[in-house]
Amino acid sequence: MNEAVQPQPHATTALPVERPGRANLLWIVVPLAVLGVAIAWLMAADPLSGFRNGAPPVEKLTFERTILGSDGLRLLLRSGGSQPMTVAQVQVDDAYWQFTQEPPGPIARGSTAWIRVPFPWVLGEAHAVKIVTNTGATFEHEIAVAVPTPTANSMSLVTQAVLGVFVGILPVAIGLMFYPALRGVGRNGMVFLLALTVGLLAFLLVDAVEDSLELAGQAAALFQGPVMVVLVATASFLVLMAVGRRHGAPSGLALSTFIALGIGLHNLGEGLAIGAAFASGAADLGIFLVIGFTLHNITEGIGIAAPILKVRPPLRAFAALTLLAGGPAVVGLWIGSLAYAPQWSALALAIGAGAIMQVIVEVSSQVLRGTGSPHGLLAPSAVAGLIGGVGVMYVTAMLVKI
Amino acid sequence: MITVGEVDDARNGFDPSKLLTDWDTGSTSLLPDGRVLRSFEVTAKDREIEIAPGIMFPAWTYNGRVPGPSLRATEGDRLKIVFKNDGSHPHSMHFHGIHAARMDGISGAGLIGPGEEFVYEFDAKPFGCHLYHCHALPLKRHMHKGMYGVFVIDPNPTLHPEHEAAARSRLFGTPENAGWQELVMVMNAFDTSFDGENEVYAVNTVAHAYVKKPIRILRDRPVRIYLVNVVEFDPINSIHLHGNFFDYYNQGTTLTPTLKTVDLITQCQAERGILEFHFREHEPGLYMFHPHQSEFTELGWMGMFDVVEAVT
Repeated sequence: MNEAVQPQPHATTALPVERPGRANLLWIVVPLAVLGVAIAWLMAADPLSGFRNGAPPVEKLTFERTILGSDGLRLLLRSGGSQPMTVAQVQVDDAYWQFTQEPPGPIARGSTAWIRVPFPWVLGEAHAVKIVTNTGATFEHEIAVAVPTPTANSMSLVTQAVLGVFVGILPVAIGLMFYPALRGVGRNGMVFLLALTVGLLAFLLVDAVEDSLELAGQAAALFQGPVMVVLVATASFLVLMAVGRRHGAPSGLALSTFIALGIGLHNLGEGLAIGAAFASGAADLGIFLVIGFTLHNITEGIGIAAPILKVRPPLRAFAALTLLAGGPAVVGLWIGSLAYAPQWSALALAIGAGAIMQVIVEVSSQVLRGTGSPHGLLAPSAVAGLIGGVGVMYVTAMLVKI
Repeated sequence: MITVGEVDDARNGFDPSKLLTDWDTGSTSLLPDGRVLRSFEVTAKDREIEIAPGIMFPAWTYNGRVPGPSLRATEGDRLKIVFKNDGSHPHSMHFHGIHAARMDGISGAGLIGPGEEFVYEFDAKPFGCHLYHCHALPLKRHMHKGMYGVFVIDPNPTLHPEHEAAARSRLFGTPENAGWQELVMVMNAFDTSFDGENEVYAVNTVAHAYVKKPIRILRDRPVRIYLVNVVEFDPINSIHLHGNFFDYYNQGTTLTPTLKTVDLITQCQAERGILEFHFREHEPGLYMFHPHQSEFTELGWMGMFDVVEAVT
């Protein structure tokens, strides 16, 4: 942009600008009127009746939440059929049970309803709920391991906060504690550490996208899960890039903050997933698993530290970075175990994926600047860092994947 | 636990409580040789029925009801069944009984297309508790869509002098028979999602009908149940009576019990028989009956006898 052309204000006045008000308004009204007439004609004349071949309406029910309590089961259903859907009967383990529906009556497309079943579920065992609609179609939901759903009391919130500290905040803090030791690294060491950060972020990106798509697949079809994930991730990437580059490419503390934000959003999604797994009895959160998460996430702290090795920020900046990157794990756990629907976790993970993409771009450009070569990412120290970052994340992830 | 809500019997056009005792004895006339000619009219119709509260099933029916009419004749009658097909698919009536091949209700022997009519003719034999059903293909689909019914042939007492009293008690219309409380029970089931597994089990179609409205039984009169199993997809069905034992006549073709003093019998698909018991020595109250396949019980096939003192 050094030899930018001088602006030529007179060259762009070719478009007529007279009488904008009336004509513009007319050309907003006309298309809308055409749309209105088309809909009215479709509804009145029913020209598509030839397509109606006697097939029953398409029915679709998604189970968004399952709550097990002392009063039995509560299930949140979302209807996604072509017509409003009617729950006729409810089976639990191949037996009809009494149930109540709130709100009662047919469930409109996209709407939700709670089903309460006073079923005496058995701790630690599996149950299957089957909804039978008025047409006789069935929708099944498996409760793989029946455990009481956590309720929002201070006891469980504290327990989950402790867990969140161990999987989110503590590892980032430990990683950042390497800061003094890392300060002395030379130019190659710096490239290695930044490349290591890119590697770990790349791992998190793949992980976030995979989890996000998986969760999106469990959500009701009308959310168009995979499309939502891709669009949200892209939007989050573009917004963060634009914000980050308002004053040029971010570096130093700004870059570290963006890394912490990306990792924080990822940890939010991870917290939602752990919280939900915990609530549904699908995860046995043994000590081993928690230690695994801690080890896995230490690398994240090192990554956050890399861009600020040469700038020496104040101590409170470290505290803030730790909270930004690790704190969302606590929030995620709370939300995940109390109010869980797969589309929200998918959304959080997709935003996180976009944020991680942004920091990958920014940290990579820092590597390029550091090496002073357009092929900087292929320098031996950079390649070693990339492989090291992905490798450490992959190996430590083995501790937590069951 | 049981299904929630009530089935609209008026919309269905049949009431499970009335099906129990609703016999179709046809119309009779005398043939030149002195035998009774008994004529029935049966029409196949498509009809949506409510098989459990709120659950609609697109059934194929005989005379608009599931099970179809409970046809009852006497041993030795000449039977004439005028069958019309007002349904949307080919249908037939295949009787379990003794008849000629051309009256069998299979393809080329009384299997008729929509709008057609066929007359089945044969002698009523052997006496017993039988059934009829559609034999169009695919058989499984035509069965579980609702095309079946009870076909009872009462023994002619004059032909069974050695067991005349037993035969007279079985013969519809005699004073001896009137002393019995006779019930028709067809154990059926419905695969509402068409996945080869039944979602709803019942006796006489409507899930839990006789739990919500128990069957009233007078304590001092004996009970006779004509029990037929037409459940598809599950090979075996059964009935178990609470707090009581019964005598069982497998397929009803004997006048002495084939099983004495049992409280449970099993029936394969299309197997049937007669149960005889009484509550004379019981205190009044609700006596449950159900198959001992717990799954069927909890999916709708369960009922109650409300045993009461005779009204004076």
